[in-house]
This record gives sequence, structure tokens and C-alpha cells, in this order.
Amino acid sequence: MSNASTNTSKKTDEVAIQLNGVHKWYGQFHVLKNINLNVQRGERIVICGPSGSGKSTLIRCINRLEEHQQGDIIVDNIELTGNLKNIDAIRREVGMCFQHFNLFPHLSVLENCTLAPIWVRKMPKKEAEEIAMHYLERVKIPDQAAKFPGQLSGGQQQRVAIARSLCMNPRIMLFDEPTSALDPEMIAEVLDTMIELAETGMTMLCVTHEMGFARKVADRVIFMDGGEIIEQNEPEEFFNNPQSERTQKFLSQILAH
Amino acid sequence: MSVTEQQYAPGEHPDLPPPLGEAGLIAWFKKRLFSSVGNTILTLVAVFFLYHVLSAIIFWTLTGATFTGETKADCDLGGACWLVIGDRFHQFMYGLYPTDQYWRPNLTFILMVVAIVPVLFDNIPHRGKFLLFSAIFPFIAFYLLSGGWGLETVDTDEWGGLLLTLVLGVTGIVASLPIGIVLALGRRSNMPIVRTLCVCFIEFIRGVPLITILFMASNMLPLFLPEGVNFDKLLRALIGVALFSSAYMAEVIRGGLQAIPKGQYEGADAMGLSYWQSMRLIILPQALRIVIPGIVNTFIGLYKDTTLVSIIGLFDLIGIGLVAVADVKWRGLAPETYAFIALLFFISCFAMSRYSLWLENKLHTGHKR
Repeated sequence: MSNASTNTSKKTDEVAIQLNGVHKWYGQFHVLKNINLNVQRGERIVICGPSGSGKSTLIRCINRLEEHQQGDIIVDNIELTGNLKNIDAIRREVGMCFQHFNLFPHLSVLENCTLAPIWVRKMPKKEAEEIAMHYLERVKIPDQAAKFPGQLSGGQQQRVAIARSLCMNPRIMLFDEPTSALDPEMIAEVLDTMIELAETGMTMLCVTHEMGFARKVADRVIFMDGGEIIEQNEPEEFFNNPQSERTQKFLSQILAH
Repeated sequence: MSVTEQQYAPGEHPDLPPPLGEAGLIAWFKKRLFSSVGNTILTLVAVFFLYHVLSAIIFWTLTGATFTGETKADCDLGGACWLVIGDRFHQFMYGLYPTDQYWRPNLTFILMVVAIVPVLFDNIPHRGKFLLFSAIFPFIAFYLLSGGWGLETVDTDEWGGLLLTLVLGVTGIVASLPIGIVLALGRRSNMPIVRTLCVCFIEFIRGVPLITILFMASNMLPLFLPEGVNFDKLLRALIGVALFSSAYMAEVIRGGLQAIPKGQYEGADAMGLSYWQSMRLIILPQALRIVIPGIVNTFIGLYKDTTLVSIIGLFDLIGIGLVAVADVKWRGLAPETYAFIALLFFISCFAMSRYSLWLENKLHTGHKR
């Protein structure tokens, strides 16, 4: 593959996230079934699978937006339990971008970015603003800093959301279908931002159906179906030589267009 | 095309005058009021009724009304007899407050304006310092109005009229918003005890008429209190009014909280904000903005409901009005009295309503489509 050369892996041996035998139920519905997953620091993982396969739930468990009922999740050597201190500590280290951006509409772009550094990290306002402007420049929208999210396009909003997460200087970034709510031309600008982020060596877990992105930056692609990890492999192998039948079927469906 | 047609760059064409017969006052009348036979008839009928109603109102309030004189006998023009208002004006304003102490409610009123303005408008200079004053104003007002420490003590029984209405209304408004917020958050809490307490409180208070609460506060509460412990009747009414409106306020605010998408909570959580931080910085600013009309509605309702205290023997505007109407000297002047009271209420309520509209526009940041 020609673009395999862009895949400059920054993966290390240190473990960033560890999931051991994680189960989750919504009432009777068994969403996550015995998930075992180790993520190395600097590793970029793309999770794909049909809708309802539990991939969003999986990454939402990592920062406790969802509670798992069985098994262990260890993030940055902190075990995720009911302990609020641990949850807060993990959330400080883990950034997250959502499908619908979840920007705060009553705050300006700059205020969106400085809010958590000021209130959670107790950073002086001026310093927080400098950092925010630095990251807004990195996502290429410093000129929109004074605007409100409602005045931006979807792609711009998602880039603000990425900048907002980066302002907390996270060690891990989670992306929950960051491009699913965007028009095609905006998908490109968001993916470019994410690729740049990947090149800095950020540990990334990304739920997405953007297979071009997966080929380009992922160290590992995980395929989920029915709440289970069906298959995981390097992108090259994953796309060219899928092992299970379900993976083959899924790939043939999404790559057909 | 005519030869004189001039070429302009796009967007440079000067505005043309509107076509004749489609602009100006006459055209407006023609188009809006007399566009067909039916509309012409409706217009004429409406004008006829408006003329009769308005002329009657103007006659009664102004042209046929008596403004100067001494007694009811001077009112012989057929319209309103405003003398009763002038005669009892001080009572309408201050109730039975000692005449030589009127400067105290006056000063309190001026200070109240100074205290309220920085709360209402965020673009005034040195707002922070003024807000500090707003925070200590209630204590200043209490000292000024009730006295002690060098000032002559004025019993709350002597407070009355607009003074009492404002004390009740403003205290109720200021107290009901924070209590309402706490109750609304409590009702959505994950903690069963907190939630149950809030639900019980809200449902109990909302299920009972305000007049019942006031009666209970003024007549029943003393029965339950130990011998010798007795607190002020006005204070009891104030607590009753504040609790009553905070229950309504809680439900209004809960409506706003429910309108906030789950994503906002998740966004705040994912960034590591604590519960109180995310409520204060993310959820409540948005929720309260959504329900501004409902909040102001409750405020206006509360302000007008304070008139019910006249039934438990406090002389608010209505209480003073009842006394004025019962005066032998001014017998039969109830319409004038109540019209004057209505005007005073209308001014306050209309101001609140306009402020809420202004605030809604100001807080609109383009996220509503």
C-alpha cells in the first residue's frame, strides 16, 4: 500500500489502557461480552463494526460515561471503580470527542476551550487562553475564537471539540464516530486534524467507519459485532486478509461504495 | 429597452422609489383597512367601538375626573374622583409607617434600585463592587426599615402599602429562585433520600392553595411553637410566600433542565468537571435561559399573589385599598382605588415582562435555529 509509509507508529511497550474480561448489560441486553484489550502508549486503534455492536459503549466505558458491571478497566495505572476520585483522575487524562461535538452553545469557542483547564486544572485564565489559542491554531481556526459554536460549520465545531480536549493536555484521546454527523467535505478537514494529532504520538482510540483513515494511521484495527471483539489486526492484514466471515461481510458492505 | 437605461455594477444600483400607490400612509390605509367592502365595514365597526370605549375611558380617568378639591362633594364632573388617592397617598405608599420616618423607606427604595441594577445588567462599569453591595443590601434594608441601633424601631405591623408589597415581592423573588434551583436539582438527584424529600416538598406545597399556607403560617404555626417563642407575622408571611413560589419555580427550572441534551452532561463529565461545576457552568446557564419566560411568569404571579396577605391582616396595597374603600368620607370610590392599585401593579409587572424579553434577546447566542 502506498500510504502505508505515512504510518509512522509511535507505539511503545508501556500499557495505557487495559481491559480484562469486561461485561456490560443494559437491563437484559448484553452489550459487551468478555472484552479483553490492551492498548500500548502511543498506539492508534480504530474500532469498527455494525451499529449496535457495542463499539461506542466500549470506549464510553473507558472514561466512565458508561458503567461496566464485570471485569477490570485500568487506565493509566488507575483502576476504574465506583471511586469518584479515580473517575475524576482518569477523566482528566482522557480526552473525548463526540459524534455531535457536545460543545457548550452558551460559551464562545475560546471559553469552551479554557473552561476545563481553568476549573479542573486550576490554571490561571491568561495561561489557559494562551494554550487554547495554541490548539485552535493547530486545528486551524484561531480566527473563530470569539464566535459561538452555533455560528460555525459542523467540521469547524468538531475541530473546536478536538482543540477543547487537547487543552486539558490528555494522554489518551477517545473519538466516538467524530465524522458521522458531517458532510463529506467537512469529514476531510476533521480527519486531517486527527491524522496530525496521530503523528504527535497521542494514544488514540477511534470508533469510525472511515477506512481510509484506519489504513493511514491505525496501528491496529478492531472489528466488533454483537458486543464481542471478533477480530483485530494491523490494518494491512485486516483489510486485505480478513479472517472471520463476519468481518469479510462487513468490509464488503462498507467498501462496496 | 429604453435607450436611457444606465448600466450599473452588480449591487451598485441606487434604490428606486417605491411604485406609486404602494407606499405612504394612504396606501397603507388602503391596503390594510379598506382593501374590500367587507374589510371596510369591519374597519368602520372597529373604529366605532374603539371610539366609544376609548372616549369613555379618557372621560372617566382624565377629562371628567376631579383632581383638586377637599371632599367627595367636590367631585361633580361625572368621572373619577382621584381625591381619594391624594388624600390617602401616603398610606398607599407606606401604610402606617411613622410620618417623620418616611425618609427611611425612601432611602431603602433608592438603595434597592442601586442594588438591583447591577444584577439585571452585566455591562455596567465596576459591576463586581456593585454586586457586593447587592449582596449586603437585604441587611441594610432590614436595618433601615425596622430600626434599632440608633434608629427608631418601627414594628412590622406599621409597614404597609407599596412598601409592604415590595418587601414581600422582592424577598419572595430573591428567595424563590435559588431555593427553586436547589429543589429542581434535588428532584433529579440520584440520591433517593434527597429526591424523595424534594418531591414531597414540591408536591405538598403545589397541592395547597397559597391562602391556606398563609393562614397556617399566621394562625396555626404559633400553636405548634413553644410558649413564648413567637416570630413576626410579616416574617411568617414572607416564608410562606417564598416557599410557595419556590415550589413552582422548581418545576419551571426542572423543565429547563430536561430540555438540555444528554450530550451536554456527557461533554462536561468527559472533561472532568465535578457535578456542581458542570451544573453551575454548563447546565444551569443553558437551562435557566430556556425557561426565562416561565421564571418571569412565576415572578409576576408571585408578585401579584402577595396581595393575599391582606387576608391575614397585613396592610399591603390591597389591604390599604380595603381601608380606603371602607372610609365613610370616601364611600363608593372603590373603582378609583382599585384602578390606582392596578396601575401600580401593572407598572411593576410590565417592567418585569419587558426585562425578560430584553434578556432573552441578549442571551441568544445563535445556537437556537
